Amino acid sequence: MNILEVNGLTKQFGGLTAVNDVTFDVERGSITGLIGPNGAGKTTIFNLVTGVYKVSGGKIVFNGKEIQNEEAYKIANMGITRTFQNIRLFKKLTVYENILTACQYNANYSLFEAMIFGLVPKRFKRNSRFYREEKQLKEQAEELMEILGLEDRKNFIANNLPYGLQRRLEIARALALRPKLLLLDEPAAGMNPDETEKLTELIAFVRDKFDLSVLLIEHHMDLVMEICDKIVVLNFGCKLAEGTPKEIQQNPEVQKAYLGGGNNA
Amino acid sequence: MLSWYYLKGIIMLAGIYLLPVLGLSLLTGFTGLFSFGHAGFMAIGGYTTAFMMMKLKVPFIPAILIGGLFAALFSFIIGKLTLKLKGDYFCIATLGFGEAIRLLLDNIQYFGGARGWPGLPLKTTLTTVIIIDIIAVILLRNIIRSRHGRNMIAVREEELASSIIGIDTFKYKMISLVISAFYAGVGGGLLGTYLGFLQPKIFSLTRSTELTIIVIFGGLGSLTGSVVGTILLIALPEILRSFANWRLVVYGVIVVFIMIARPEGLMGGKELSFDIIRNLFRKRVKEVKAEGGK
Repeated sequence: MNILEVNGLTKQFGGLTAVNDVTFDVERGSITGLIGPNGAGKTTIFNLVTGVYKVSGGKIVFNGKEIQNEEAYKIANMGITRTFQNIRLFKKLTVYENILTACQYNANYSLFEAMIFGLVPKRFKRNSRFYREEKQLKEQAEELMEILGLEDRKNFIANNLPYGLQRRLEIARALALRPKLLLLDEPAAGMNPDETEKLTELIAFVRDKFDLSVLLIEHHMDLVMEICDKIVVLNFGCKLAEGTPKEIQQNPEVQKAYLGGGNNA
Repeated sequence: MLSWYYLKGIIMLAGIYLLPVLGLSLLTGFTGLFSFGHAGFMAIGGYTTAFMMMKLKVPFIPAILIGGLFAALFSFIIGKLTLKLKGDYFCIATLGFGEAIRLLLDNIQYFGGARGWPGLPLKTTLTTVIIIDIIAVILLRNIIRSRHGRNMIAVREEELASSIIGIDTFKYKMISLVISAFYAGVGGGLLGTYLGFLQPKIFSLTRSTELTIIVIFGGLGSLTGSVVGTILLIALPEILRSFANWRLVVYGVIVVFIMIARPEGLMGGKELSFDIIRNLFRKRVKEVKAEGGK
């Protein structure tokens, strides 16, 4: 069963075709890698799947529903979320606030309820939807911080965190949505081998714990080969190959794209 | 020399201007949208309130609320048209809106045109102003501390990331704009019934700029800052009366120097809440106890 099916996906910026007729699937519960040289169109595919860019052609099917014309926030609420290549946290907010903001799952209280119940003594509002849901959201945020090992940095300003933890926080924030599909855009970029090792563990752990499927862009081949069930290779906007890590490593075309290839080179 | 009557006038004026400032604080400080047209919303609120009271004989409080609602309605239309624009364009659109409203009122003879509209009932009292201010602050604080407020702050911090975590950024910008216009409209209504007179000139671009200056001066993202900023910047020109002709120059210099000294504004995004006061107090008690224990 596939959670995401990308079919003939195309994106043109003016005369430039950034993504050209790309087709691939992400199986439910799997970790799929998206690799390719710089400028191959990997991040563009992420932007198309999450609704940041409008699709020029082709279909994106998530959980049996076509989503290529939906707005970004609706796609997020359906269960696809992502992290960014250049980290995009709410920089001036604390770790806790970053996660709490993303905790929206099952919260339905309206603006008016918030206006009325906000400053009312506890015993009057205990039964209100506002109080109940707000309490739930705060518990969710605390729980997420604990699971991802951020609880001792609760009140740190996001911008002041070390790089590795900022990545971790971005993943935590994404998980607050309870997504079904998580897209990670170069999560190990700029990390040292030790941090990369930890991240590899984290991704596998998160997948099992939250029952996720993961689509991942990465240049660290150790990481990709270690945790991916399947790899899709892109080059100049087109799909070059698809297969298990082993198949990809032995694929002559992929070797040519990565190592450069003339005749017999 | 400093009679109660004079002092009361300044307090009321500060209290009235606090409303549009609070609204703008939500829009600029918490949602990250700059507006240079809030005097326009004040004008709509003021003239609507006057119209309701003078022509339709609506009582005072409902008239003010209708004024606010009318301003909110206008902001909704403006928002629909311009909130999709990125970044600074929204700011420029509000600037044009504010000026357009002023020029329209200049030419509508029914409302007295540029000469103004005298003889409005003097209904605004110090008590009404203070009560409305307190309600306004509490409601705004409740919004900001809820998930809706958090969404607005998220939009201010990082719009793309907000939409990726499921926040309808357009909707939250709109809510923020409509609420801020409502506040400005109510402020305009109170101003008209305080002065007993309305004139388009009151709601010029300078007024809009002044409101934005107060919000930035007080500190973006802080309600306490907006309150303190309003009191200081409305009272300051009065305190500086002794400088006579140089009054506004000195005013400008003071604002510039404070912004150099504290670029993040007076409060710098921090709030003065009951919790903080309570904690400070508790700490004192603990210290005293600890000393006593020795």
